[in-house]
Amino acid sequence: MKKFCDLNLRVSLRDSVLAEKMIKKASTLGYSYVGIPLPANVQSEIVSKLRQLCADVGIDFITRVNLVPKKPGELLSQLRGFRRKFELVSVACLSKPVARQAAKDRRVDLISFPSLDFRKRFFDVAEAELASNALASFEIEMCPLLSSAGFERIRLLSNLRKEVAIAEKFSIPVIISSGATNKFFMRTPRDFAAFSCLFDISPSSALSALSENPLVIVKRNRAKLSSDYVAPGIRVVRRGKDCGE
Amino acid sequence: MRRRYLLLKIESLQEIDEKDFRNAVWDAVLRLFGEYGASKTGIALIDYDVAKKYAIIRCAHTEVDMVRASLASITEINAKPVATYVLGVSGTLKSLRRKFFSPQ
Repeated sequence: MKKFCDLNLRVSLRDSVLAEKMIKKASTLGYSYVGIPLPANVQSEIVSKLRQLCADVGIDFITRVNLVPKKPGELLSQLRGFRRKFELVSVACLSKPVARQAAKDRRVDLISFPSLDFRKRFFDVAEAELASNALASFEIEMCPLLSSAGFERIRLLSNLRKEVAIAEKFSIPVIISSGATNKFFMRTPRDFAAFSCLFDISPSSALSALSENPLVIVKRNRAKLSSDYVAPGIRVVRRGKDCGE
Repeated sequence: MRRRYLLLKIESLQEIDEKDFRNAVWDAVLRLFGEYGASKTGIALIDYDVAKKYAIIRCAHTEVDMVRASLASITEINAKPVATYVLGVSGTLKSLRRKFFSPQ
């Protein structure tokens, strides 16, 4: 059975009642993993509280940070500071130099673009080529698609169709996340998969974008963040006295 | 024509009457797929429970994804926030009710 993942559930960290409702909703909708964007300087008590809320409803909590750098240098310094503190690092690309830097940096997990600012959607062939040599996945938020209407949605769908075709051509994993700020923008994974058909993702690819693709990133990063990790392909299997046996 | 029955849960802050819900579904299908697409879906509202906020919709079996996408796109009815979730899909009403409403 597929395990589904919503990597971008924007719960309010101030309103714990609303956060609890959204996490419970995610559980009833069939999600097994939930990624919640946290501020870079988040307190450990908030993280443990969210982890407990998720554990109470049987959901695996993923810590995520959304970086919004203005320049490539700022991105590099933020990555140096926060990469090892969060399980998932997403970069919102607001300029082309930042987008290019994010695509080629192996510490970046997700690249995203402003949904409704069409001149700032820099996911083109050059961007995809860079991302294909690194580990970045292309994230699509569903909330702007649900909340927009008319010409705005038409244009967004048209852009997404082109970007998804480029991503598939360069074998870049696509990640579909809700980006929901309240429970009215949350949907079941299969509803999101059906909705994704509007920008020409096949049903099986859409389901992968909600399950296998995000889980690959989470597993990889958790392995890297564990104390047993040494380098790619090298990890500690025994310690202390066990080594003699 | 083979059909599919979709069980829906409606999330809303206030009660929505059947007529408003039916109109919202048709509006969503028309907005996303136009009159040609809507004509292929064969949508019919079979059952609607205002109090429990459940609905059963019938559609053509080839257009389930189209209907699901349309239902997912409903975000408000009468300017009030609403969400609809498909809880299950079945080939017959009997099996849909057995799966989701039978006492455990």
